[in-house]
Amino acid sequence: MKRRTFAIASAAVALSFAFSGAPQAQESIKFGMVAHLSGPLAGGEAVTHLPNVQLWVEEVNGRGGLMVDGTRRPVEIVQYDDKTNPAEHIKAVQRLADQDDVDFMIAPYGTGFNIAAAPIYARYKYPLVAVTAITDEIHALTAKFPNMFFTLGSTSGFVDGVTNTLKTLRNNGVIGDKVAMVNVADAFGIELSGVAREKFKEAGFDIVYDKSYPLGTPDLSPVMKGAKASSPDAFVAWSYPPDSFALTEQAIIENLDVKAFYTAVATAFPAFSGKFGAAIEGNLGAGGINPNTDAMKAYRKRHQDVTGKAPDYWASATYYAALQILEQAIEGVGKVDRAAVTDYIKNNPFETVIGTVRFDKHNNSERYWSVGQWRNGQFVAVADTGIGDSVAPVAKKGWK
Amino acid sequence: MDVVISGLLLGGAYALVAMGLNLQYGVARIMNLANGELLVLGGLAAFWAFVSFGLSPLLTLVIVAPLAFVGSWAMYRLLLRPLVRRAKSRGQLEVDSILATFGISFFLVGIMVSLRAEYFAYSFLATPVQLLGTTVAANRLVAALIAAAIAGALYLWLNRSRPGMAVRAVAVSPEAAGLVGIDVDRVSAFAFAIGGAVTAIGGCLISTFVTLDASAGVIFTMKALIIVIMGGVGDIRGAIIAALILGLVETAVASIIDPGLTLVAAYAIFLAVLLFRPQGLFGQGSA
Repeated sequence: MKRRTFAIASAAVALSFAFSGAPQAQESIKFGMVAHLSGPLAGGEAVTHLPNVQLWVEEVNGRGGLMVDGTRRPVEIVQYDDKTNPAEHIKAVQRLADQDDVDFMIAPYGTGFNIAAAPIYARYKYPLVAVTAITDEIHALTAKFPNMFFTLGSTSGFVDGVTNTLKTLRNNGVIGDKVAMVNVADAFGIELSGVAREKFKEAGFDIVYDKSYPLGTPDLSPVMKGAKASSPDAFVAWSYPPDSFALTEQAIIENLDVKAFYTAVATAFPAFSGKFGAAIEGNLGAGGINPNTDAMKAYRKRHQDVTGKAPDYWASATYYAALQILEQAIEGVGKVDRAAVTDYIKNNPFETVIGTVRFDKHNNSERYWSVGQWRNGQFVAVADTGIGDSVAPVAKKGWK
Repeated sequence: MDVVISGLLLGGAYALVAMGLNLQYGVARIMNLANGELLVLGGLAAFWAFVSFGLSPLLTLVIVAPLAFVGSWAMYRLLLRPLVRRAKSRGQLEVDSILATFGISFFLVGIMVSLRAEYFAYSFLATPVQLLGTTVAANRLVAALIAAAIAGALYLWLNRSRPGMAVRAVAVSPEAAGLVGIDVDRVSAFAFAIGGAVTAIGGCLISTFVTLDASAGVIFTMKALIIVIMGGVGDIRGAIIAALILGLVETAVASIIDPGLTLVAAYAIFLAVLLFRPQGLFGQGSA
């Protein structure tokens, strides 16, 4: 297993060794992070999580660290790779807790990992502000694991966003009732398509094509040909990054002429517009942000300046917000005390790059964007829960 | 017709994945588990050249092929030959080479993660082409045509040239080949290097229509393994036929029955071949 610390953090450690005569007040606060540096989810982790951690460490240490016990202490990240393997993940958490003695933990990437590792984070009483975890089991999970918090919404809320977007488009006469729906045959795709099947029907939509495909399918042209043959008004794919790219490319090739085209994860990635350019104007996808608030503008600029890359238009900002929540809670408590920090998170509002976040009695923040649409090079939220600043969706006009 | 053409194109892509491993395993007797990583490395090179310099992947592969040849040759000479030398039996060499190349695959993933951890997403020849009444992607068509060219060239070289005959001789029996004056060591290294070059070319081409990332290699290694074993070890025709069958069956199942059953179908044929023809479609009896 590979231990990686960020350059800044290790420099801080090196310095503290160099001046070992210095008072212990400068000892760093250690944050453990088990990341998918390799394996199937590594691509998403590298877009949405890792640059934000880098940015956050730079920001916090830039002002001297976190204010704890009346003095500023720098933060240090201790990071392990779990190869996107849940068993490795749990071992790494144990190691961070028992051997590295980290003070806090940063939430992992992916619904499955947040849930699979919840018991082990709970056993060590680490407050866990989960971001890239979308489930309808939030109430049950937080009842069992009171240290766990959710910020990016539930499966139902997520599907509601898509359903409402389609309803708005139908009310505006843009689309009819016929929806072609596909999903990746994986926990994420199966759960979302299951909920969507009911909600779409309730809303009076007719699902004319409904298929799943295995993760890692190298050729999705049969899927797109099948969807096209059902002549839908709208296309919805509960897809993962490689297939979001592949389905969009096949739609261009087959010239799938729908006025609403939705792909889930990765539509919000900068690489998505990097690959397709103007062809994806009007494409719908998971996430979206309000790019026009001052906090968001400043965050996006800092992200670009510090990490050299643009954040995605979905969970990036929320993940940064989760780090801000942890930061403000630790400073609010003023001590390295996990139980007190967990309590503080439960009971206080937080000013973050996505606005003011507060958690309900189920440790859930009902405040998230759920559907975005590409408009002139930005992925703007067209549906949200509890924010109210999304704009109305418009028709997609072809693939040119 | 849709199914046949899409299936053949997918089969062509699979052939690109499997031909290299077929040479490496069939001739050099190295079960190279880092095969998929080399493929992804080829894809990374194509992505990087395209995004940074606007270089067409079709040009990149001309540069990548000799580099992969040299790299694979060096890998064989430095890392794998000691295993070949000390192996007392073919079984032992297989175990040793699996362990060694498994390690090499992690090494390559690590290098690629440090170069680019995000997806290698770019668009090249993503335009529709009408072919016999069906719409196909130009990039898939190009990949399948190049796969056919490589397959044809390999077949002719193996069956019509003297060095090719030496390679086949080593594939059949390294001991006997040595007795008739063939430098088994050199031929093995050469076949391993050619296999590497073919795999890297495959990576360049596949990256034009599959969004790869640093960790995607294992998927291709698995596919290549299935195809090589199905086709029969050490016979290039077997790998090509098996790749085409797999492509056709997966596409037929996806189009006619359900896309969710493609993996099931692939493994079902694989099982059937293992049960009824364990030496593979073109295998030469028990080795």
